[in-house]
Amino acid sequence: MTSELVGRAVLGWRVAELVESWPETASARALVLGVPDWPGHRAGQHVDLRLTGPDGYTTERSYSLASPAARSPGGWRLQLVVQRVQDGEVSPYLTDVFAAGNLIEVRGPIGGWFVWSPREGGGAPVLLVAGGSGIVPLMSMIRERRFRRDRTPFRLVYSLRTQADELFADELNRPGIGDGGVETFVVRTREDSPRSGRPAGRISAADLAAWGWPADFAPRCFVCGPTGFVEEVARLLLSLGHSPDDIKTERFGPSGP
Amino acid sequence: MAVLTPGFRGRPRSEHALPPGQYEVTDFPVLSAGPTPRVPTDTWTLTVTDETGRRREWSWAEFTALPQERPTVDLHCVTRWSKFGTSWKGVSLDTLFADVETSAGFVLVGCDGGYTTNLPVSDLLGGKAWIAHTYEGSPLAPVHGGPARLLVPHLYLWKSAKWVRSIQLVTQDVPGFWEQLGYHDRGDPWREQRYQGDQ
Ligand SMILES: Cc1cc2nc3c(=O)[nH]c(=O)nc-3n(C[C@H](O)[C@H](O)[C@H](O)COP(=O)(O)OP(=O)(O)OC[C@H]3O[C@@H](n4cnc5c(N)ncnc54)[C@H](O)[C@@H]3O)c2cc1C
Repeated sequence: MTSELVGRAVLGWRVAELVESWPETASARALVLGVPDWPGHRAGQHVDLRLTGPDGYTTERSYSLASPAARSPGGWRLQLVVQRVQDGEVSPYLTDVFAAGNLIEVRGPIGGWFVWSPREGGGAPVLLVAGGSGIVPLMSMIRERRFRRDRTPFRLVYSLRTQADELFADELNRPGIGDGGVETFVVRTREDSPRSGRPAGRISAADLAAWGWPADFAPRCFVCGPTGFVEEVARLLLSLGHSPDDIKTERFGPSGP
Repeated sequence: MAVLTPGFRGRPRSEHALPPGQYEVTDFPVLSAGPTPRVPTDTWTLTVTDETGRRREWSWAEFTALPQERPTVDLHCVTRWSKFGTSWKGVSLDTLFADVETSAGFVLVGCDGGYTTNLPVSDLLGGKAWIAHTYEGSPLAPVHGGPARLLVPHLYLWKSAKWVRSIQLVTQDVPGFWEQLGYHDRGDPWREQRYQGDQ
């Protein structure tokens, strides 16, 4: 366990500007925030956003960073991907109303546990297991690995309803130069995957056994998604012999069972 | 200052008094750092160890035979949701500490799965904290910390350690799991003590 965040200065609110955004899928939008004085972050961390209504009402939500800890020529650019929750208070605003040039307050980076850095864990391979928008912090790990030219073997098992729900589809299916060693397997719950011959269905121990790493390799496992998904995957990984100490989880979801 | 988040209106406000930065939920979100431990009650024990190393230990049967209380409390999670009027059954920390003589000012709470959190003793005594095993009339589900969790409703919920097994009295404050990872040492929702450095 690290203690590098101890004693750090106050994590204040910063004003960020929406620089650019695009639909990732029909129900998810990528947002790029310009934050000139961002302190940097680790792959897997998240930010808090604060929204303010005309009467001064404010509310806050957490969103994972999808971007690696890299400053671009124009200063810090933070990428988030927001999945619209139908009756939600905040996510429909962020996906449908929030427009380039608009301002929002951001605080972070937050979370020092669900993080990955190159050379961490003595070269142990990494298994990423994503459910739905749980891919976002895992994507930042994949991008961080690429950005740092790290060679740690990565496997991603990504569960989604249908092909149309796939976030980062281009980048995952056509890995960039230097991405050798990242293997992606997609599990579709509501339709068959003709290419792998996998029928529609929820992620199973067989999927994780086939596409994850053997427990003997003691991989670091990062599992992120809705609560029920994370609960089930963590249980399956334990049943396959992985040590609870090697499994880190992040739950986005609303409820437990 | 320029207008922030133009066009954002938010929802009809909660009828309850919300701590700053919180919003109300009616479901019961789950947040934890790793797999859910599943601990059978026949091997479960709770220990309280004082600063001299003296240990008291309760088996499940002994623990559930202690006087029980039924608090109805509000929960406030640092991830910003608040849940009102939750009802619990469990043992008050006053009961567990009744015959503990200590001058220690702090505790470090330990859990199955390795989670820890620290609190001042003064936040546990005086009818403020329980070890709870029943939620809304049913045994507490493993995802919510069953068989037993600490319940300290006046602090952010990460202090209400799930799967609690041990309470160690210490004379000096030792940061726990999230406290070492940048979260506030005390975590009072009304003062919005979320992260290290917040007042
Ligand atoms: C550490 C962390 C990281 C997160 N990262 C991301 C991210 O990268 N991308 C992202 O899109 N979201 C992420 N979330 C979830 C996000 O913070 C919000 O909960 C989500 O956007 C819904 O907010 P809302 O105001 O639209 O819905 P609310 O008004 O809060 O909720 C409306 C209804 O939807 C349900 N609900 C709430 N959240 C979800 C959810 N995530 N899925 C399904 N139903 C839900 C509620 O139970 C409620 O019934 C993250 C959450 C955490 C704790």
